[in-house]
Amino acid sequence: MKAMRDVWGDTLVELGQANPKLVVLDADLANSTKADKFAKAHPERFLQMGIAEQNFVGAAVGLASVGFIPWLSTFTVFLTHRAADPIRMLVGQTHANVKLGASYAGLLTGLTGKTHQDVEDLAIMRAMPGMTVLAPVDEPECRAAMHWATEYHGPVYLRLARDVCPEVFDGGYQFTLGKTYPLKEGKDVLLVSTGPQSARCKEAAGLLEGQGVSAGVLHVPTIKPVNVQQLVEACAAYPLVIAVEEHNVLGGLGGLVAEVLSEHAPRKVLRFGMEDRWGESAPNEFLLDLFELSAGRLSQRVKKVVEAAR
Amino acid sequence: MSKNEDYSELEALARRGRWLAISTVAQSGAGHVGGPFSAMDLLIALYFRVMKVDPQQPGWPERDRFILSKGHSSIGLYTVMALRGFLPVEELKTFDKGNSRLQGHPDLTKLPGLDASTGSLGQGLSVGLGMALGARLGGRKFHTFVMIGDGELQEGMAWEALHIAPRYKLGNLTCILDWNGLQQFGWVLAMNEVHRGDRRDPWSGIDLRGIFERLGWRCLEINGHDYSQILPALEGVKAAGDSDQPTLIIAHTVKGKGVHFTEGKHEWHSKVATKEELKVIARELGIEKEATV
Repeated sequence: MKAMRDVWGDTLVELGQANPKLVVLDADLANSTKADKFAKAHPERFLQMGIAEQNFVGAAVGLASVGFIPWLSTFTVFLTHRAADPIRMLVGQTHANVKLGASYAGLLTGLTGKTHQDVEDLAIMRAMPGMTVLAPVDEPECRAAMHWATEYHGPVYLRLARDVCPEVFDGGYQFTLGKTYPLKEGKDVLLVSTGPQSARCKEAAGLLEGQGVSAGVLHVPTIKPVNVQQLVEACAAYPLVIAVEEHNVLGGLGGLVAEVLSEHAPRKVLRFGMEDRWGESAPNEFLLDLFELSAGRLSQRVKKVVEAAR
Repeated sequence: MSKNEDYSELEALARRGRWLAISTVAQSGAGHVGGPFSAMDLLIALYFRVMKVDPQQPGWPERDRFILSKGHSSIGLYTVMALRGFLPVEELKTFDKGNSRLQGHPDLTKLPGLDASTGSLGQGLSVGLGMALGARLGGRKFHTFVMIGDGELQEGMAWEALHIAPRYKLGNLTCILDWNGLQQFGWVLAMNEVHRGDRRDPWSGIDLRGIFERLGWRCLEINGHDYSQILPALEGVKAAGDSDQPTLIIAHTVKGKGVHFTEGKHEWHSKVATKEELKVIARELGIEKEATV
């Protein structure tokens, strides 16, 4: 299995071959994000914009205005935080055809710690009018989402993990904007998740199976615009709904699920994730355990909740 | 361009533009005056003499691009675009009124002919850089002009674009610095300190030209109210669009230029003229007839 950053780099190369209008703008992190693969394959369309993320967002808007399809490539945090205003004003407000490739999203950022761990990005980006927000789980979905975003005319925010993401889909996967994907059926509790956390939820559900808890898993790759009906119907079959995300529990996936259900099918929703806390630099396994997002720790937490509800 | 050329037509357009800007702001009850007035002569030159644009085809792909990065001067741009035929002069009355194409800060999704949405300072040069880069990559010949303000130059993002544009050798990109020396509130003058306006010129004592040149820009300095300097500079940069250096035109301007009591006064950054003031303004701009309507 490939790391998601390699999937990102390889897919950029592939998209660049098919589409001569595709350009990639880097903010001096191409050898981390693996956009350097595109630099090697299509050097004339790889634009090094230096360590200046606000400018590279603006430059992408200019390029898009004259017919290019710019993919921005940098770490998530430098997009959604450092360049939030240019994204908001120049990309969002004008519905510019700019694609935001947000690498190293979430907690697992290769021992870099709090500066690089963007656990607010989903809340920020989904609040931006007109923005499409995607968080793929694995290689087939990442590839499909990148193909979809390149074809689509308008701004897309793509949340990408750094490392290897266990596959939950096969090569025949089709991405449909807004669609929610059941990864496992269950009876006692539904874990709603997004990005690579969905795979950890599936693993947790497998562990719970042997402990007398039947957990379903629903993967939500489109944070915005989500298919509301599918989300509501999927949740309706379960006595308990828990949103699980590698993100602050405020405003992200948990916020989305709580908002949708309170409006369309009011009920209690639990939100698992980072509970308004900052991260730290540590190995992935340590961080996932610390925030109870690893399959093991998550299954224990879910079990407690399910048993308390019985 | 001869120094003896008659610029009376452009000067009359600029006087009318200033009148339309300040009277529109007065009837809307809000807006900016000082910046539109300092930029007016440059805008008139761009839209009436320099830029390849067609008001009947505002989205013409081969048009020259213009970005008003100092977006709060929007009414100055709208009046010039109206005089040039992009919109009816009558429509200026809708400025800031709701359901208007003429937003307080330019919105390209509303008014055809705008090349960028601006208003958050420091952003326009980056967009222009992308347009110029796109023209180069696509083998296209249009020129991109971006107007920034000296107040705006305090934004970090502007400096990101200033150091990146020369790396891409964008001779088809021109940045015009409307250096009027005043901003909304600014820094007060010390006792006995004398600057051009009633507050400190934010870049006083700093060799901006030297900085720009060392970053790789070709620099020209002009009086931004003198067409005998404005036109040769702007026409010259267009002619040099194939060169390997972007150009920065430092236009020395006066905030509130054109009316004696608005010149050099920071409060006229966004002041609304009274009826009595409008009468004086109309007289000074030679627009008495229109003012009485």
